[in-house]
Amino acid sequence: MVPVAAYLILAAVLFSIGVAAFLIKRNVITIFMSIELMLNAVNLTFVAFSHMWHQVSGQIFVFFVMVVAAAEAAVGLAIIIAIFRTRETLNVDQIDLMKS
Amino acid sequence: MPTSYLWLIPLLPFAGFLINGTLGRRFPRALVTAVALICTAIPAAIVAWLWITMKAAGAPDVIQVVSQPWIAITGLQIDFAFTVDHLTLIMLGVITGVGFLIHLYSAGYMAHEEGYWRFFAYLNLFMFFMSILVLSSNFLLLFVGWEGVGLASYLLIGFYFKKDSAANAGKKAFIVNRIGDFGFLLAMFLIVQHFGSLDFTHVFNAITVNPEWHGGVLTAIALLLVVGAAGKSAQLPLYVWLPDAMEGPTPVSALIHAATMVTAGIYMVARCHVLFDRSPYALAVVAIIGAATAIFAACIGMVQNDIKRVLAYSTVSQLGYMFLACGVGAYTAGIFHLLTHAFFKALLFLAAGSVIHALGGEQDMRKMGGLRKRIPITFWTMTMGVFAIAGLPPWAGFFSKDEILYQAFVSTNPLGKLLWFVGLVTAGMTAFYMFRLWFKTFFGPEHFNEPTDLHDHGAAVHTHSASHAVMVADHEDSHAHGVHESPAIMTIPLAILALLSIIGGWVGVPAALGGHNEIEHFLDPVFTTGTAVETATTAAPHGLELTLAAVSVLTALLGLGIAYAFYYRKPGTAAAIARRAPALYNLVQNKFYIDELYGAVIVTPLLMFSRIILGGLIDGGIVTGSGAAAGASARGLGSLVRRVQSGNIRSYAGWLAIGAAAVLLVMIFGRAIFLH
Repeated sequence: MVPVAAYLILAAVLFSIGVAAFLIKRNVITIFMSIELMLNAVNLTFVAFSHMWHQVSGQIFVFFVMVVAAAEAAVGLAIIIAIFRTRETLNVDQIDLMKS
Repeated sequence: MPTSYLWLIPLLPFAGFLINGTLGRRFPRALVTAVALICTAIPAAIVAWLWITMKAAGAPDVIQVVSQPWIAITGLQIDFAFTVDHLTLIMLGVITGVGFLIHLYSAGYMAHEEGYWRFFAYLNLFMFFMSILVLSSNFLLLFVGWEGVGLASYLLIGFYFKKDSAANAGKKAFIVNRIGDFGFLLAMFLIVQHFGSLDFTHVFNAITVNPEWHGGVLTAIALLLVVGAAGKSAQLPLYVWLPDAMEGPTPVSALIHAATMVTAGIYMVARCHVLFDRSPYALAVVAIIGAATAIFAACIGMVQNDIKRVLAYSTVSQLGYMFLACGVGAYTAGIFHLLTHAFFKALLFLAAGSVIHALGGEQDMRKMGGLRKRIPITFWTMTMGVFAIAGLPPWAGFFSKDEILYQAFVSTNPLGKLLWFVGLVTAGMTAFYMFRLWFKTFFGPEHFNEPTDLHDHGAAVHTHSASHAVMVADHEDSHAHGVHESPAIMTIPLAILALLSIIGGWVGVPAALGGHNEIEHFLDPVFTTGTAVETATTAAPHGLELTLAAVSVLTALLGLGIAYAFYYRKPGTAAAIARRAPALYNLVQNKFYIDELYGAVIVTPLLMFSRIILGGLIDGGIVTGSGAAAGASARGLGSLVRRVQSGNIRSYAGWLAIGAAAVLLVMIFGRAIFLH
């Protein structure tokens, strides 16, 4: 049987990759993907702990997170398309309308 | 009973003020005049009725009316109550009677002025507050009237507000009066503290039933009241506002700054005689202030060239007489002089106004002369006033002034003889400067330029010619006229006042001259009740009184003689004497530099303090500075924090990551740190 620690280490690695990609990458789509990566790393810890403590609430949380991630993807992709249409770029460094 | 109509005495002028003040601008002049005159004539009639009622045998000496609780807090109740006793009655007679005559005169004098409605609204407002002042039965209501007449005085002095000097004179009057009012306020605080009431009857009864009370707090209260009275009645050292108050229209000078308002201080001292009688020290202060003011103002009055300024200094001087009378405990004599002075000084001012009117606004006596034949009615009425103030028998001023001098001479005050002598010298000086005015104005060669050209008979006529351009606004009736007698509406009040200036003193003919001194008996109920320390003067022989009267008449004649020699026989004499002692002449001519002294000692340091300490340091430094500092610090902090808002999404993400890491670290290690 695989120990819980292994799942947690995998989740931590995935989360760290997500954070690093979020900070490093300039493409909005990639940043978006890194967010999904972080969310799913968290989902993994939820499931691992749920299994460990024999409690179902962790898995229910996972469903919530997945619903929110789906909604986020829908809204986020729509925003990205809108931005691309007006700005013709996906580079976040050039999307700085809020800075006067 | 007239008492049920008593409330109309203050209320009608107030109604007149409201009507003319709000609607007067749209009224025709005749309607404004009608409102103002009706609102002063009816109170005068009520006062006359009241007078008859109270003179009747068996009538009560004191009438209390309109008693409503006004301010009621724990330990202090103040009623909105009026009291009428014989003292109030005399004051009311002067205020409503002389006041009505002056209203009548103003209708002619101000006929062509801009702001006619405003003038009458203010004048009615003054009548309202003055009636409140004398009718009040407690200190607080008196103070309401006291401040109110100050306000009316300010408004009327500054009536020609477009002229700087008038506006400044108004401010000066108000501010100097405030100094006096401060003393009055402190006196009221002390009274509340020690008597728990501001009601006249209550306070004075408390003093009467405690004959052992002397000096101490009573002296403190009395002296503070004197400060108030000195401010209002233009005594040393607060007299400086009155000569400047002559910037107002002449009827205002007659009504407010001669006959009524300035006597409020004397009225107040007389009203509080119970208090003053217990404090010989305060009484001595009153007497000394009075005597000093009398001779000081008379000195200045002798060399003034502005006809109204001479009268102004003469008013200050005569008010000093009244103070002197109160100071030697002769309140009756003081009030008697107040009464006669109201007649002849109102007359003198109105007649001077008529002269100014005739000459088209000229107030400088050096540019008058020879007016006797040109304006005969004014001349004859003014002559009555001059003789009255000079103290020649049988004119009114003789009896009242003599009574004061006699009372000073026989008073128990150790300074009595000195006070008498100062008064006597002042009497001579008064005669001198009044006859000087008389000769310079009405006799000798004509020094004025006959105004034959088309010239505005109107607003500018009564202000100084300098203001001609600003005050002339809307006259359509420019017409040619030379030196002319005033219309009947102005000469009739003059004639009535002239008559009063002759016979007004006959109510107080002393027993020594075969009279009954009716005014003294009339005022006895006021001034003998509650007086523990009665200045016993009645026992003096008649011979002394006659001698003193003769001496003062001779002094007055001497003043007349000198004026005759200087200004009629040899008009150059006065100038020659002035050249002989230029330093002294300049000193007096410049009013002893009192205004300059006050300016240097009080006003300038105060202004400097305001500008440098308050304006520069407190306002500029602390108030503005703290505001600027708050702004600058917010701005500085903002410029620091602004760097965070870079607009770069990845830097935000970085901050977010750092923050999350920090929270994580605190959650993991913080517990351990906080527990140890």
